[in-house]
Amino acid sequence: MSIFLNENTKVIVQGMTGSEGTKHTRRMLASGTKIVGGVTPGKGGQVIDIDGHQLPVFNTVAEAMSATGANASVVFVPPKFAKAAVIDAIDAAMPLVVVITEGIPVHDSASFYAYSLTKGTTRIVGPNCPGLISPGKSNIGIIPADITGAGPIGLVSKSGTLTYQMMYELRDIGFSTAVGIGGDPVIGTTHIDCLKAFQDDPETTAIVMIGEIGGDAEERAAAFIAEYVTKPVVGYVAGFTAPEGKTMGHAGAIVSGSSGTAQAKKDALEAAGVKVGQTPSETARLLRAILGR
Amino acid sequence: MDLFEYQARDIFEKHGVPVLAAAIATTADEAEAAATKIGGKVVVKAQVKVGGRGKAGGVKLAENPADAREKAGAILGMDIKGHEVRTVMIAAAAPIEAEYYLAILLDRSNRTFLVMASVSGGMDIEEVAHTAPEKLAKVPVSAVDGISPTKAAEIIKAANFPADVADQVAHVLVKLWEVFQSEDATLVEVNPLVKTKDGKVIALDGKVTLDDNADFRQPDHEALIDQAAENPLEAAAKEKGLNYVKLDGEVGIIGNGAGLVMSTLDVVAYAGEKHGGVRPANFLDIGGGASAQVMADGLSIILGDKDVKSVFVNVFGGITACDAVATGIVQALELLGSKATKPIVVRLDGNNVVEGRAILDKAAHPLVQQLDTMDGAANRAAELAAK
Repeated sequence: MSIFLNENTKVIVQGMTGSEGTKHTRRMLASGTKIVGGVTPGKGGQVIDIDGHQLPVFNTVAEAMSATGANASVVFVPPKFAKAAVIDAIDAAMPLVVVITEGIPVHDSASFYAYSLTKGTTRIVGPNCPGLISPGKSNIGIIPADITGAGPIGLVSKSGTLTYQMMYELRDIGFSTAVGIGGDPVIGTTHIDCLKAFQDDPETTAIVMIGEIGGDAEERAAAFIAEYVTKPVVGYVAGFTAPEGKTMGHAGAIVSGSSGTAQAKKDALEAAGVKVGQTPSETARLLRAILGR
Repeated sequence: MDLFEYQARDIFEKHGVPVLAAAIATTADEAEAAATKIGGKVVVKAQVKVGGRGKAGGVKLAENPADAREKAGAILGMDIKGHEVRTVMIAAAAPIEAEYYLAILLDRSNRTFLVMASVSGGMDIEEVAHTAPEKLAKVPVSAVDGISPTKAAEIIKAANFPADVADQVAHVLVKLWEVFQSEDATLVEVNPLVKTKDGKVIALDGKVTLDDNADFRQPDHEALIDQAAENPLEAAAKEKGLNYVKLDGEVGIIGNGAGLVMSTLDVVAYAGEKHGGVRPANFLDIGGGASAQVMADGLSIILGDKDVKSVFVNVFGGITACDAVATGIVQALELLGSKATKPIVVRLDGNNVVEGRAILDKAAHPLVQQLDTMDGAANRAAELAAK
């Protein structure tokens, strides 16, 4: 099994006609994702050929859903238009909306997240995330499909490249699902959402959780693990050397005073029984030791 | 971006939040002129982006323009917690009867906005929050609904504002929400919000943090950047569109993806413990899908940092192709010629890694060495920096 997506997930691409959208639609198709169409307001009615796939373009997510039966959407729309695109998907009650776009103002993401809560029918992943992959089944977003295959590990990470690095370190074992939740201050799906789904997924036997400085999501995840998760979890936290008050690339990666430090997160995770590695490689070794591989 | 107090004051004024007359000065002469124009007693306030300036002697009451001149002369040039005072704000003095506290901020934990309000404002608000949390009302505000007059009334009740100022504070709250939303702020704080002896409610000091992601729709915000405080390397990197932060170590770092670069800094710092305590010299994320040109720009910035003794390029190619990264390294070294004198340790993995490694092997530049693992490469870069 997998979490949030599977081999039957039908995906539409919001912003498919843009250069990033087209590029990644091609990559997703190549990794076996069932892409059924795209949405670009004002370009509805066109059919785009991407590597021999004839993909219809719609003006709205609602139209795309009723015509194709899509049950997931991936957003490659530039920051300026991202809020409208996500609201369109929420209004259509799209079950899963994966927002890849980087650089969305936090007022916009807070607004579409709050809106999704009022409707209660959409799970948002991201924004500013690499998406999620269940190797061999489906790949929604920009995670390279050729790093590793299916296996028993569940991975949740704020960072894209650390997701790739960890998949690479454990490529001989494989993953049930890897979810990049994004490094922005307001995100739709948290570590806790993924931990719960992995705990409840019979095919996931161990979990890797990657965090980074900023906020208190890791501390909350640690409390959740202590309370709910019985599967083994290993953790990694990036940003021990980050100075206070400087944003480290991700809009959310900032240490303010004593809050949000890597050390506080590591301590909280260890107190919850999570083994925390000092480097990505050591984290991978900790997981291997648990799985006996 | 954090704003200076005077910038926050100007933004408040623009949106109809009540503030006092004020002007800025960078010399004692200007301070005197400003005080003359405002008239009466004034307050001379150091403009620094750090708390505790009052206790550090950075805020003084002046009786008249000549006194303002003297006070400004003493405050300008002061060092407050490592921040040099280059500007003072001269503000009209107000007879204060009560000090309150108001803030609107992003509450990350709950993924919503939050208002904090207290009738015990002033310098010791942190202490109040700590020892008497019941005196600090916290009211969530939906990003969809914002602060309507009804919501403002709810906040005023929760914080127990006295009836005689309730309407004025409600007005301030609605206007502060306007500031928060229309300026794309992540923090708007007024401390103190005062009630004057004649019963007026005025924002006496403010803090505003703006969201850099919103720059595309906030053309006015560029003028608020404190150019003088920018590190020249950071300014040069910004001009090239690079995500760079200067740090205080010796190992220059280039990587792709914020998480991997942060991790690289940590791994280098650990490795450095065995090599005389060398540390990372910077954060530089060349981003996803970086081209050869971006790589060359990044390497030029880092090799231009006199503190850098060695460079570690750590790339896991997801979208980024390792051959483009390798080509960028080769091009940058050609461009820099004899100016490039520092050893460069490269670790490539992922997309097109075989091609990337082959390009570097073929170029066989004497400064460049390749290692297979992140930990191994970090160790080598630290070792080279320690020499």
